[in-house]
Amino acid sequence: MALLELTDVQASYGPVKALHGISLKVEEGSIVALLGANGAGKTTTLRAICGMVRKTGGNVLFDGQVINTRSPEDVARLGIAHVPEGRGTLAQLTVWENLKMGAYVRRDGAAVKRDFDRVVDYFPWIARRRDQVAVTLSGGEQQMLAIARALMLRPRAMLLDEPSLGLAPLVVRDIYRIIETINREERTTILLVEQNARTALAAAEHAYVIEVGHIAVEGSADELASRESIRKSYLGY
Amino acid sequence: MVLAAASVAQGVVQQIVSGLATGGVYASLALALVLIYRSMEALNFAQGEMAMFSTFIAWTLITQVHLNYYLAFALTIAISIAGGVLIERTIIRPVEKAPPLTVVLVTLGLFFVVNGLAGLIWQYVIKAFPGPPGLPRVPLSAGGVFIGVQDLFLIGVTVLLLLVLFAFFQYTKLGLAMRAAALYPETSRLLGVRTSWMLALGWGLAAGVGAVSGMLIAPLEFLDPNMMQPILLYAFASAVLGGIENPGGAVAGGFIVGILLALIGTYVPGARDLRLAFGLVIIVAVLLVRPSGIFGRMHVARV
Repeated sequence: MALLELTDVQASYGPVKALHGISLKVEEGSIVALLGANGAGKTTTLRAICGMVRKTGGNVLFDGQVINTRSPEDVARLGIAHVPEGRGTLAQLTVWENLKMGAYVRRDGAAVKRDFDRVVDYFPWIARRRDQVAVTLSGGEQQMLAIARALMLRPRAMLLDEPSLGLAPLVVRDIYRIIETINREERTTILLVEQNARTALAAAEHAYVIEVGHIAVEGSADELASRESIRKSYLGY
Repeated sequence: MVLAAASVAQGVVQQIVSGLATGGVYASLALALVLIYRSMEALNFAQGEMAMFSTFIAWTLITQVHLNYYLAFALTIAISIAGGVLIERTIIRPVEKAPPLTVVLVTLGLFFVVNGLAGLIWQYVIKAFPGPPGLPRVPLSAGGVFIGVQDLFLIGVTVLLLLVLFAFFQYTKLGLAMRAAALYPETSRLLGVRTSWMLALGWGLAAGVGAVSGMLIAPLEFLDPNMMQPILLYAFASAVLGGIENPGGAVAGGFIVGILLALIGTYVPGARDLRLAFGLVIIVAVLLVRPSGIFGRMHVARV
């Protein structure tokens, strides 16, 4: 059964319809990429899942449960960690405080303590710079911090909004390596929004291409990457 | 000559000391203003009236219910926190997402409601408010400068209040969540923080801190429904002077305003009646010269 499933989800910003009926499935333990051009509705789809945008139709199911009307606060409590567009860095707080906020909804103090260590294993630099104000980090470090913070929730699913945005190719490679490791080691299900299709397809098992608010193409990542017509017309490489 | 100079210096020090005491009152009310400003970027014009109402509650507990002063003090803080949360949930919540100006207007309305309510319940008749019992009446003196034990109590409570709040925001999970919610509401919600309740809690804390300022000033002046109005102006001046987003700055600002007012009231002929105007002058001058206040929060930014 899919851990996360959207069926015909529609959403509007005021009178402007942003999603015209998005249907997609994210199998437990998989990485799924949601690709598409700027303004296609990728971010809106993530925001609709986590309750930041009111849905005007369709259903969002998490673990078989309809979560259409849940607030973002409650969606977090279900174990869905959302790394938003622009990373959502708590810029004036310290690195460590950012991590603490990631575990805000958790009540299992001892396990949280262990998770701090686990996160430091993933990102050793965090231990050295824990008391630094997060705004002083580089873009790549802020992205890593956002992922580390999401890990502190010990999430069942992670929603990542453009983790490669504005980062140098080498940094992008590091970040994707970590994303794949998290997926493999923690069995965290990942839904990934990207403009950088080539990188995302290399990491994902399955992918959807979104175009002006609806799904234009879907298929296994390998299949999409290998079909030149799709690459040329939708993915731009 | 030398003797005269010494006695002038002594007089100045004396004024500074007594200014510190009243400054503590401005400081705690300024602290309350900062707590709300930081979470909604709006000034709460009803802060003084809420403090006055709390002080009347304390007066009722002490003189009518005959509770121990210190017990009544603590109980009043608790009641005020609950009241502040209640006010946010009922009156402020509908305008939570409105522009700050709307919030400010609502607090102005609240000003008149709270004032009227206090008049209705306790009448517009001045009442005496007891000072903290058990403190020696005889002032302490050092080098010819006198300071009342009650003044020391006042300064001590203000500083303690600042330290407690600092520890709360810096070292508790709830305090951290309140800071995050104030600065980054959207991300905080994604992390599971109920930001709207954090706002309510901010109002609760502000009401509690304001209650302290009311209970501290009441024994020095008299208790009546209009007692906090000039103090609110000085608290505005203190908060603006110290930096409206900086709790420590606001407390420092409170002490500075207290000292300035004491000095001017004593050494500038006829200025005692111009104290309110002087408070306004501070506000305007700071806003013109250094809008972020002398201890304005530094925003660290990567360039």
